[in-house]
Amino acid sequence: MRVNIEVNGEQRVADTVWEGESLLYVLRERLGLPGSKNACEQGECGSCTVYLDDVAVCACLVAAGQAEGRSVRTVEGLADGDRLDPMQQAFVEAGAVQCGFCTPGLIVAAHDLVRRNPRPSDLEIRESLAGNLCRCTGYEKILDAVRLAAERMGASGGTA
Amino acid sequence: MEFLRPASLTEALEAKAAHPDATPIAGGTDLMVELNFDKRRPSALLDLTGVAELAEWDTDGGSGGDPGGDPGGDTVRLGACVPYSRIIGELGGRLPGLAMAARTVGSPQIRNRGTVGGNLGSASPAGDAHPPLLAAGAAVEAASTRGSRRIPAAEFFHGPKRSALAADELVVAVHLPVATGPQQFSKVGTRNAMVIAVCSFSLALHPETGAVGTGIGSAGPTPLRAEDAQLFAAAELEGRWEAPGPLPDSVLRRFGELVAAAAKPIDDVRGTAEYRRHALAVLARRTLTWAWDDYRTGSWSRCA
Ligand SMILES: Cc1cc2nc3c(=O)[nH]c(=O)nc-3n(C[C@H](O)[C@H](O)[C@H](O)COP(=O)(O)OP(=O)(O)OC[C@H]3O[C@@H](n4cnc5c(N)ncnc54)[C@H](O)[C@@H]3O)c2cc1C
Ligand code: FES
Ligand code: FES
Repeated sequence: MRVNIEVNGEQRVADTVWEGESLLYVLRERLGLPGSKNACEQGECGSCTVYLDDVAVCACLVAAGQAEGRSVRTVEGLADGDRLDPMQQAFVEAGAVQCGFCTPGLIVAAHDLVRRNPRPSDLEIRESLAGNLCRCTGYEKILDAVRLAAERMGASGGTA
Repeated sequence: MEFLRPASLTEALEAKAAHPDATPIAGGTDLMVELNFDKRRPSALLDLTGVAELAEWDTDGGSGGDPGGDPGGDTVRLGACVPYSRIIGELGGRLPGLAMAARTVGSPQIRNRGTVGGNLGSASPAGDAHPPLLAAGAAVEAASTRGSRRIPAAEFFHGPKRSALAADELVVAVHLPVATGPQQFSKVGTRNAMVIAVCSFSLALHPETGAVGTGIGSAGPTPLRAEDAQLFAAAELEGRWEAPGPLPDSVLRRFGELVAAAAKPIDDVRGTAEYRRHALAVLARRTLTWAWDDYRTGSWSRCA
């Protein structure tokens, strides 16, 4: 089937989509957006987190057809040209990235948190990242990054 | 495979009648896992996320469906496709037990998609929405082109992953009385997030009728009510509602024993039957303590 989705502000069309295919597969394999990672395909790791109509979801659990006519924002859509989003910049500076596989999902999930709650407590950060697994960092640097980004985004009045 | 995308409830019911073997998909948090791992190949998917009627909730205002005309009979009609995150954000005051259970489901991403309709559709004995539905005395509204009917939650579950739904029916909504007293939900698992319950328990106090509702999860072939424990607690609370003091330890312990006795657990990868019974007695004792303390101190509140 054919699926029409607005992805990162652009109207995109995917053809020959199998009816049981996931949004994650369409993004990565049909639309050339490999930022969202495929690790577990069962909602456990969060590495495929994207915004679907502004709600953070696991793209591996959305059927491609359910995204028809909706808007999707992936990690590729956060930066403004060459200027990284404050959350991305904070991950780089805080050393929150090792192998980097979990990073795109964590950045989208953390972006969503700070957008809704500009001054999250440590407990709130942990709660909202509970669906994202990282096998490398031990999470401490990730928490540092989210605190840093929240501080900066708060100071500059937030981002879109 | 076909992908059916109804835009209204009427269209959805017609599609289900025309394709009884079409598999509904709401949040996809159960179904997509099965598709991704090739465990299921339905002939058609019936996407419910385009049906606005299913994604709303409202209350029945006035004095509600309660024949006694008691304002406490007011109910919430919760559309099948309202995700857990909205139940938490919008219904914590009216449906505290269900909202507590919703907070324990998966992760934020799962709660943003997963729905009570999907939990009922899967009818897993471990589904976290089920114990609070049982405790609150909820009814499931099922509909087809033949009409609609209400199935009491206690009659909905027929076995592991089997329910009272007919092949041409969809869960359209769940009707839950607005809480008139404290409610609790508690779940045992290996970590705070992302756990299927080893066992769970939900409790609802109904001060206006003197009744006590219970729901047991993940400790039997279906979610269960602990009927003897309900009657015991109601009898013990009779006469205490007016001048509530702390509950004697003997009452709390007996309540726990009766809840444990109502369970029908098995040994599996998540825990043994013996552990589940033990844990349920503890959860029952604790939730009754918390709920009664909330009642005594008036610290529970009904406004959302
Ligand atoms: C990582 C992860 C963690 C999870 N954690 C929990 C947890 O902590 N507690 C818990 O209870 N569950 C958990 N689940 C399971 C799942 O999220 C819940 O069962 C959820 O309620 C399913 O809702 P859904 O809308 O996503 O269902 P879907 O996957 O869309 O559907 C599930 C089933 O119900 C049927 N169905 C859906 N809607 C209807 C309807 N309106 N009428 C009739 N049939 C319908 C579908 O055909 C399918 O068979 C978890 C899942 C994942 C992937
Ligand atoms: S790939 Fe989607 S949650 Fe792991
Ligand atoms: S940096 Fe390797 S999984 Fe997180």
